[in-house]
Amino acid sequence: MKWSMLAAAAAAFVSLGASEALAGRDLDQIKQRNTLRCGVQGPSNPGFGVPDSQGRWSGFNVEVCRAIAITIFGDPNRVEFVPVTTQSRFPALSAGEVDVLSNNTTWTLTRDSNVNRFNQPAITFYDGQAIMVPRRLNVTSARQLNGATVCVQPGTTTELNLADFFRANNLRFTPVVIADLDELRRAYDSGRCDVFTNDFAALAAQRTLLTRPADHVILPERLSKEPLAVTIRQGDEELTNIVAWTTFALIDAEELGITQANVEQIATTSTNPVVRRLLGVEGNMGESLGAARPDYVRQIIRTFGNYGEMFERHLGTSTPLGLERGMNNIWTRGGLLYAPPAR
Amino acid sequence: MSLSVLRGPARGYLIQAALLVALVATGMWLWSNAEANMAARGLRFGFGFLDRSAGIPIGESLIPYTPADTYRQALTVGLLNTLRVAIIGCILATVLGVVLGLARLSTNPMLRSLTGGYIEVIRNTPLVLQLVFWHAVMLQMPSVRQALNPLPGVFLSQRGLKIPALMADPALYAFLAALAAGAIGWWVLLRRERARQVETGERRPTILPGLAMLLGFPALSIAAGFVPRVEWPEMAGFNFEGGLALSPEFFALLVGLVVYTAAFVAEIVRSGIQSVHRGQWEAARALGLPGGRIMRLVILPQALRVIIPPMTSQYLNLTKNSSLAVVIGYPDLVSVANTSINQTGQAIEVITIFMTIYLAMSLVTSALMNWYNARVALMER
Repeated sequence: MKWSMLAAAAAAFVSLGASEALAGRDLDQIKQRNTLRCGVQGPSNPGFGVPDSQGRWSGFNVEVCRAIAITIFGDPNRVEFVPVTTQSRFPALSAGEVDVLSNNTTWTLTRDSNVNRFNQPAITFYDGQAIMVPRRLNVTSARQLNGATVCVQPGTTTELNLADFFRANNLRFTPVVIADLDELRRAYDSGRCDVFTNDFAALAAQRTLLTRPADHVILPERLSKEPLAVTIRQGDEELTNIVAWTTFALIDAEELGITQANVEQIATTSTNPVVRRLLGVEGNMGESLGAARPDYVRQIIRTFGNYGEMFERHLGTSTPLGLERGMNNIWTRGGLLYAPPAR
Repeated sequence: MSLSVLRGPARGYLIQAALLVALVATGMWLWSNAEANMAARGLRFGFGFLDRSAGIPIGESLIPYTPADTYRQALTVGLLNTLRVAIIGCILATVLGVVLGLARLSTNPMLRSLTGGYIEVIRNTPLVLQLVFWHAVMLQMPSVRQALNPLPGVFLSQRGLKIPALMADPALYAFLAALAAGAIGWWVLLRRERARQVETGERRPTILPGLAMLLGFPALSIAAGFVPRVEWPEMAGFNFEGGLALSPEFFALLVGLVVYTAAFVAEIVRSGIQSVHRGQWEAARALGLPGGRIMRLVILPQALRVIIPPMTSQYLNLTKNSSLAVVIGYPDLVSVANTSINQTGQAIEVITIFMTIYLAMSLVTSALMNWYNARVALMER
């Protein structure tokens, strides 16, 4: 953690070039390098991004990066995954160690604005901060937690929300702040903390890794809004567009009923102009976006399916995480996923 | 003419000047580069963020702190936490190291090989690993509800050690003043007796009258009605309330640093003692001095000259190694600084701050040790 921070500072001191901000600079670099460097949560976050024994990553956030690689290169494998922690992610992005962060980073004003100079083009997951406690404590509401010891990751919005929540409710707490998620979970699992707080989905993922997952409950309150967005550096409009419209394509495909199984058939038989434009059968959307090929959406859906299929495969009720769609459903089904029209 | 300049004393100045120019130029190049890169990324250099509310919670603090306080205060809390572990760590590592160093020279083969084994194992494994180990040991303690209670008011659990605390009020200050008076009295007595011994050659025991002053003065203050009040830790809700707490993170870090550094100190002490010629031992014995006083009056003063300089580096190492606290979650300077960087984006400023602080701490430690070294060196006859 500390090392990458220092490396970032050192890089800021030493790195030459990059002295003029041209639009498309980051995208040019990615294309020159022929790989997209994608920051994911290290060491791992079940459901969102986990490396296997060969070091090959899989998970929801991982597929988002691979989908972006399809748009840029027409190839889901031209991605290099770089594990980052909550503390090392921003220096890594600022210093150019990674091109995009797909690691459950919350979209906030300071991050999006002049302070960090990042850009968060599209929300990939709607989350909210939750609190997990051992069942035997018989706690039913976060307001009963006066005096509790809380395990939390440093450098997160979670850490700040936690302080705000306890301050707003006039409660006291003792934080135990450890950057490494595995070490933090062990501290909670062993009883060092009464409470483990994180975004709900991440907490559900961590619960699966506890010694006895069934002995722990996640309280119903949400301490905050956590819109998780892919994060890039500010100043590259073309990359911004690619990230945004790749995400929107996944959402659009689900809304239009296009799935991994039927995408080819729909592309050849559909007469719906909206579908035909999205799948690159007609119009020139791929070209306007600067995608590698006109039918990039068709390739993405063929490889990973639509948003709903990705969700169910990694996070849904049939997985160990067992998440309901909830807010992460298409707007027509009561969720918040709403993509601007692709035309 | 030019050749004579190159040969004369001016040559040294020329080289120095060239080096200085090169150094300044490198510094300026680094600075302008950092500035250009920051400008390219739209970052503005400045320390204005120090006065903004930090919002970050910190688990333990020697001064009152809430998340509503500023980054300046948050970093101060981190600095004090670093100083606390570094100062206590240096003292304990010295004590343990000297004991181990002496044990390593013992005539008892069992003791000698045991300490030898300890030193080799500890010196040859990474400190980070040892810290994680000690942290894991702390987490194996009983849970807070089943806390061990070896003495009344003392509780040991995963949440660390809880002991009764003395409440800060006038009675405590009076008590502490009396204690200090006792200590000063003892010191004055020692000096007087030393002078007397030089004059007359007669040695009189100082321990009993000294102890009487150290304990008697506070006893008098209590008798005068200045009874310090004790705050007992009590189980309330989730945790113990009241009393003094030592967190498991602090404990793990302190134990890890002390155990690790003591192994190096032990070797320094051993080599220092072995550097004193055998003849010194023999001469002292021939004078009829007992073993303890040979060590204290003859060997150690000479060994210290060899021991002090490498000890300085060990103190510096311990202080700097304390930044590994981030691994186990002790809120030291680096840990708080890392979080501040994350929340403000002011990486260069915060890293400049903590580099300056570490440099200052190291320079102060070196200065103190050099002063002590000079004092010890003067005793050479």
